[in-house]
Amino acid sequence: MCGIVGLFLKDKSLEPRLGELLSEMLVTMTDRGPDSAGIAIYGAPDTGRSKITIQSPHPEKDFQGLKDLLKATAGDSLTVHIKATHAVLGVDAAKAEAVRAALAAERPDIRVMSTGDSVEIYKEVGLPKDVANRFDVVHMAGTHGIGHTRMATESAVTTLGAHPFSTGPDQCLVHNGSLSNHNNLRRELKREGMRFETENDSEVAAAYLTSQMAHGKNLGQALEGAVSDLDGFFTFVVGTKSGFGVVRDPIACKPAVMAETDQYVAFGSEYRALVNLPGIENARVWGP
Amino acid sequence: MPTFDLQHTTLRELNQALHQVKPGTNETHFEVLNPRGSHAVAVGVDGDVAVTVKGSVGYYCGGMNSGATITVEGSAGPGVGENMMAGTIHIKGDASQYAGATGRGGLLVIDGNASSRCGISMKGINIVVKGSIGHMSAFMAQSGNLVVLGDAGDALGDSLYEARLFVRGSVKSLGADCIEKELRAEHLEILQDLLDKAGVTDVKPSDFKRYGSARKLYNFNIDNAEAY
Repeated sequence: MCGIVGLFLKDKSLEPRLGELLSEMLVTMTDRGPDSAGIAIYGAPDTGRSKITIQSPHPEKDFQGLKDLLKATAGDSLTVHIKATHAVLGVDAAKAEAVRAALAAERPDIRVMSTGDSVEIYKEVGLPKDVANRFDVVHMAGTHGIGHTRMATESAVTTLGAHPFSTGPDQCLVHNGSLSNHNNLRRELKREGMRFETENDSEVAAAYLTSQMAHGKNLGQALEGAVSDLDGFFTFVVGTKSGFGVVRDPIACKPAVMAETDQYVAFGSEYRALVNLPGIENARVWGP
Repeated sequence: MPTFDLQHTTLRELNQALHQVKPGTNETHFEVLNPRGSHAVAVGVDGDVAVTVKGSVGYYCGGMNSGATITVEGSAGPGVGENMMAGTIHIKGDASQYAGATGRGGLLVIDGNASSRCGISMKGINIVVKGSIGHMSAFMAQSGNLVVLGDAGDALGDSLYEARLFVRGSVKSLGADCIEKELRAEHLEILQDLLDKAGVTDVKPSDFKRYGSARKLYNFNIDNAEAY
């Protein structure tokens, strides 16, 4: 069991409250996943700039002097914003790959959580409430975001085993369920050149979708492909730069509730996750 | 009339109060406010009481009900009326997965749609859905009646035993060993009775088709041995 939430804001006036609304949804889903939590927040992109969200098990050591270390590669416009075990690097889009390479060479313990124009991913082990507080999610603004509370089944309770998983720019995935053909699929995707950080089944699903979209499919087509190529139980919520998509396996036993008003489209593993959203009483509520 | 506001009272207090109802009590109508998707609202009630829930509930509302008349003025999450024994549950909105699963008696009425596996393994309960039902409904259903005014999804009545399935709209596909059967006078009578009890007045029993078991899976067939 795990908990998933997602919120896409149609009403711009709610954007400053995205983090607040999303963390409330996330904390409500603690019963479904108390061992780890994570969120992906999509903010307004800055033309020509990229964000790299990184994580380290020893932030005090790895994040120290990071700006000076990367200056030669990233130039003067580099920004470093540290949030607990994570940091968001703002770089010129053209230099993002070089910065990643420099990080891998100079600070090998640093892991890249996400890259892209607008996404930032934060995840850690611990109660969702504590994880949200640690990164001050409440004060994050943005257009849309997804979140996950984890009850681990397939792999260890570690920061890297928490969701969301990102394997491509501005793409990420959260998963409730378990996959049974992930080892084989991981082998095939590795052959294609995809990078994996964990033994986790959900990371394979994220990589699969990224690979499908890299081959020219749009999100909808990639998700349709997932229904036949992934074996197991799943409700996925997949975030992209422009929104999020939902897909369930044909048996559809992993729960999913959606709600829509003029102000937002919301997703929750349970209706409970949605009850604090403004105007939920009059929302259109349905099971996708 | 006892009122429980779940924003201020715990679910345990509500359910305990419902379990402690004694025969002959004057407190026969309970009201539940702000359920906000809570799980296990009014489970295991065996007193002859009415419970009105003002809002949507989460998992297993009215589970194991054996006497109460429960009305939910909202939608219900997975497993509403699971293993219900007697009494009535009325959902004014939609119901999620496996509504009425394994129910042994009583009546479950859903004004909206029910999701997948509605009436799975039902064992005597009567279920009336005024909208449509999802895939794999009435899977291994053993007895009782499932009445659907709308359509049914894929694999209706897979591995069905002796439950009767009545669908007014289309059936996307029938599950293994489920077939359409003749709608006879006794079935029209059952249908009319259930439609009356569910408060449906504008639908004729003759509009339905009946589905039941072909009874081919009842016994192991030695010719199939190689398939295992």
